[in-house]
Amino acid sequence: MSETIDQIFVILKDWIMGNVSAGMRPIFSALLSVVPVLVVFPLLFAFTTVLERKGLGRIQNRYGPNRTGPYGFFQPLADAVKSLTKEDIVPRAADQVVHFLAPLLLVSAVFLGYAVLPVGRNMVVADLNAGVLFFFAVGSLVELAVFMAGWSSRNKYSLLGAMRAIAQMISYEVPLVLASIVAIMAAGSLSTVSIVRAQAGYTGIWPHWFVLTPWGFAGFVLFMIAATAESNRSPFDLPEGESEIIAGYYIEYSGFKFALFFLGEYLGMFATSAMAITLFLGGWAAPFSFLTWVPSYFWFFAKLLTMIAGFIWIRGTLPRLRMDQLMNFAWRFMLPMTLFNIFIAGVWHFMPAGFSRWFVCAILVAAPCILLSRGLKQEKKLQVRTYRFAE
Amino acid sequence: MLGKGLLNGLAETARNFLGSYVSKDRLTTVQFPEERVPPIEAARNFPFLIYDGESRQQGLRCVSCLICEKECPPKCIFIEKSQDKKPDASGKPQFYPAVFNIDVSVCMSCQICVEVCPFDAIKMDVAFELSTDNRFDGLLWNKEQLSKPNEYYRAIHPTEAAAVDAQLAESRAKMEAKSKSAAEARSGDAASPQMQSVSGATEK
Repeated sequence: MSETIDQIFVILKDWIMGNVSAGMRPIFSALLSVVPVLVVFPLLFAFTTVLERKGLGRIQNRYGPNRTGPYGFFQPLADAVKSLTKEDIVPRAADQVVHFLAPLLLVSAVFLGYAVLPVGRNMVVADLNAGVLFFFAVGSLVELAVFMAGWSSRNKYSLLGAMRAIAQMISYEVPLVLASIVAIMAAGSLSTVSIVRAQAGYTGIWPHWFVLTPWGFAGFVLFMIAATAESNRSPFDLPEGESEIIAGYYIEYSGFKFALFFLGEYLGMFATSAMAITLFLGGWAAPFSFLTWVPSYFWFFAKLLTMIAGFIWIRGTLPRLRMDQLMNFAWRFMLPMTLFNIFIAGVWHFMPAGFSRWFVCAILVAAPCILLSRGLKQEKKLQVRTYRFAE
Repeated sequence: MLGKGLLNGLAETARNFLGSYVSKDRLTTVQFPEERVPPIEAARNFPFLIYDGESRQQGLRCVSCLICEKECPPKCIFIEKSQDKKPDASGKPQFYPAVFNIDVSVCMSCQICVEVCPFDAIKMDVAFELSTDNRFDGLLWNKEQLSKPNEYYRAIHPTEAAAVDAQLAESRAKMEAKSKSAAEARSGDAASPQMQSVSGATEK
C-alpha cells in the first residue's frame, strides 16, 4: 500500500502513457514531467513569500501580513493581481529587446536546473549521467541574465548592481562547485539519481547521508553558504542593496517582469537547496529507518521547507556584508576550506572505518576552519583618509 | 572562532520568533481598523470651524475677518464675506462667511490659522479617515462640512477647550458689564462720575 502511494505519480504517468498513441508519447511524456515542475515550484514560491513575510515579522515582533484571507495566506494572490495589473515601464534609453529577454532567460535558466533534481523515488525529469554538471552549467546562465538586466536598463545603479552580482556569483560559484565535489567523489557518479542511491541504506536507525560525516557536514555548510550567495539572499544581498543602489540590477523593472525576477530568485534558491538535499541530505530518503513508509516526495519537500525556513531565519538575523568582506570570505575562507575538504574526503575514503577516521577527519575539518577564520579576522590597517575638498 | 556571533544572533532571533507566539506583550502592533490607540490630546491635522449653541448658521463664531485666509501659507482657505450682518452667539451683529472653503489636500496642518484667529473660531481637528473617491471636490470642504459644535471641540481637546471657554466667558462677562454700564450711563444724565471711571477702566 505504502509502495503504491509512494509511486502514485509514476503509476499515474505510466497509465496515461499507455492510453496515448505511440506517436504522441514523447510529447506527452515531456509534458507530464515538465508541467508538474512548472506548477508545483511556483506554487511553493507563492507559499514561501507569505511564510517568509510572516516569519520575518515574527522575528521582528510584528504580525506580518494578516489581512488577505485566513491568517493572510491569500497574500500571494493579491500580490499576483497587483503585479499583473501594474504598468510595465521600460526606460526610453533601455535596450528594449535585452530588457525584455533578461527576466525570461533568468526564469527559464532556473527552471532548466530542475530537470535533474530527483523529487522522489523514480521521480526525476531527466536522469542525466552528468546531472550535477548540467545543473551548475545552467545555473551559471543566471549570471548572464542578471548582467543582461543590469546592462540593458541603462541605469548606473542597475549596472553597479549587476557588476556586484556578477562578481559575487562568480566568486561563490567556485566554492559551490568545489563543495559539491566531495559528494560526487563519495558517490563516484555525476548523476543525481546515483548520488541519492549512494546515500541509501541505514545503520541501525541512522541513514548513510553524507552530511553525517565530517567532510560531508563541512561540505554541506560550505555549500549552503555559497548557495546563499549564489541566490543573492541576505546576508549576501549586495546586488540589490536598497540602502546603496536601491534595487540593483532590477531597478528598472516593474510589474510582471519584476515579479519574474522575484520568482527566478526564489526558484534559484529552491533549486540550490534541492541540490544540497540531493548531494548531502540523502535526497528523498527518510531520515530514520522506521519512517521509510512515508512517501519519498513528502520527505523531499519536508527537507526543502526546512531549508527554506533556515534561509528565512538567516535573513531575519544577519545584516548585509560589505563588498570587501564578501570577497575576502569567498577567496580567503571558502575556497581554501572547500579545497581542504576535498582532501579530507580522500583521507576518509582511504582510512579504515572506525573511530580513528572520525577523529582524524574531525580534527582535519576543525583545524583549517579555526586557522582560516583567524586569518580572516585580522583587520587590515587602513590609512586615515584625508579629504582635500570636503573639509 | 568564526561563527560564534552568528549563532548568538540566530538564537536571539529564534527567541523573538517563538516569544511572539507565546507572549502578547511582544507584539506592539495596533491592528488598526479593529483596534485603535486612545485619542491623543495634542493630535491635530485639519482645521474646523466652531459654532456655539444649536444652529450651524447662527452659532458660527467666524466673523469673516479674513486673517486666516491671508496668513495661510499654502493658501488653502477661501472666504467670501457676507454683505449683511447677523447676530452671533453673544447676540452682537457681525459679518459672517457666506462661503468658507478649505482644500484639505493643500492644507499642511501648520495650525497658523488657529494661532491668528482672534475669535477662537477655527481649531484643529483630529479626524484622519478622510479618503474619498474624488480628489478635487471630495477634498474641498465647504462651510457645512467644516462647522462642528463646541461640544466636539471639548471632547477632542478638553484642556485647550476649557481654557478657550473660560476666556470667552470672561470677555463675554466684561462685554455685558460694559454694555450694562453704558446703558446706565445713557439712561440717567445724573450718573455718578465714579461709575464712568470704572467703565473706562474696563474699556482699557
